[in-house]
Amino acid sequence: MRPEPFGALLYHFGTRRLSFLKNQRVLTVVRSLADHPSARAACTAAGVTEAELPAYARALAALAESTMISERTLHDFRS
Amino acid sequence: MTFAPDTVSPGKLTDLFQLGLDAPICLTWELTYACNLSCVHCLSSSGRRDPRELSTDECKAVIDTMQRMQVFYVNIGGGEPTVRPDFWELVDYATAHQVGVKFSTNGVKITPEVAARLAASDYVDVQISLDGATAEVNDAVRGPGSYATAMRAMQNLADAGFRGFKLSVVMTRQNIPQMDEFKAIADRYGAQLRLTRLRPSGRGADVWDELHPLPAQQKQLYDWLVARGEQVLTGDSFFHLSAFGSALPGLNLCGAGRVVCLIDPVGDVYACPFAIHENFLAGNVRDAGGFETVWKTSELFQDLRKPDTGGACKSCGFYDSCRGGCMAAKFFTGLPMDGPDPECVQGYGEAALTSLDAGSGAGPVVAVPRPSVDHSHRTSPSSARPSSARPSSSRTPVPVTIAPRRPPSHDCDESPLAGFAAQ
Repeated sequence: MRPEPFGALLYHFGTRRLSFLKNQRVLTVVRSLADHPSARAACTAAGVTEAELPAYARALAALAESTMISERTLHDFRS
Repeated sequence: MTFAPDTVSPGKLTDLFQLGLDAPICLTWELTYACNLSCVHCLSSSGRRDPRELSTDECKAVIDTMQRMQVFYVNIGGGEPTVRPDFWELVDYATAHQVGVKFSTNGVKITPEVAARLAASDYVDVQISLDGATAEVNDAVRGPGSYATAMRAMQNLADAGFRGFKLSVVMTRQNIPQMDEFKAIADRYGAQLRLTRLRPSGRGADVWDELHPLPAQQKQLYDWLVARGEQVLTGDSFFHLSAFGSALPGLNLCGAGRVVCLIDPVGDVYACPFAIHENFLAGNVRDAGGFETVWKTSELFQDLRKPDTGGACKSCGFYDSCRGGCMAAKFFTGLPMDGPDPECVQGYGEAALTSLDAGSGAGPVVAVPRPSVDHSHRTSPSSARPSSARPSSSRTPVPVTIAPRRPPSHDCDESPLAGFAAQ
């Protein structure tokens, strides 16, 4: 993930696909996903309003679809 | 590419990218001008090694810079990059430093052993060049035996279990009828097909008139690409065709100096891989500050990152689709930068070329810019020329008067076709 003035660029070395985070807030959300129990919590903490949530949900779903982000699994908690 | 989080901001990607990025998304790096082939349309006029070529250590320093700038991956080409003795060492160095590698090759060094090694890496992608689905069509452009070399390389990659390597084709008048056959070849080897645009760059300028697709073929190509969507890659090189209707997948924008650039074998940094000419030279990686300083501060790149004005194309209803087309294609056909692409699908490019011919008043000699750099073999095999290509006598120097660049014609805002019968 590479920060850019408009947000960030993400590149997946496995799929060789590029994705874009088109503003700073969605960058904050993606960066803090691991620190929150749910995507909704990460959004709320980043200041995403209730009305904006569906757009962010779609963005995160698209990122998940392209395996740019993935659901936490147990082995992520290894020390 | 995915444009996943589109919904979060209404801003168009082209608008965001127009102003340039902190680092290129990918960059093209021609590692050597040396090549075992003499393709008639070589965009870098390759053949002979340049003695000033970057050393192994200098190349590693460039890779260190890319890692620091978070350049995701580098497209390595040439020349034939694999003929550099340190090629594999540099590939390993790049992937060990989080810079992905995709390299273009004619396949000459892709032995079964090399193929096995490549198949084992997640961070290396291979692109085999082939410009005809038959030996006849391919070898007329790329030289005798080059079809067999490419097919053997693909067989070796497939046998080694390398899935999804790229089969890369430059589209010409001769091979556009073979699109389905190219797809079948790619499918047979488990490869992904990649079609790109022929540019009048390097030696491509010498054969462009004979090789570039005819207007009806452009539509055929566009329809074929639209029907296949993201199955077929294009390197975003056909955005000028978007003026036919809906945009093709990818970034429909000239990325020169904004999201891409070229480092040539001697370290010169150009705005784009198709513009090896002093007018597009931004600096050299050997300069103080190296590549990062060139990318961030060069006057040329700052200039290219200014929003497009549209020039003569601004009043065209399709300007938002094609953004005026390809800078290099315009430049090497002698057209102004702020006018139509020579292959403008609305016909404005053809009209502009016709008026350029008429304006030069010098018969068949058109004063178009020539590439500044030429490493062609001094004795390229004549059998490699297509039979329809110009006779070799036309390749000898001809004294010409370089006409002054025409100022942007505001009259063209009304209709670039003014004075010419509609097609």
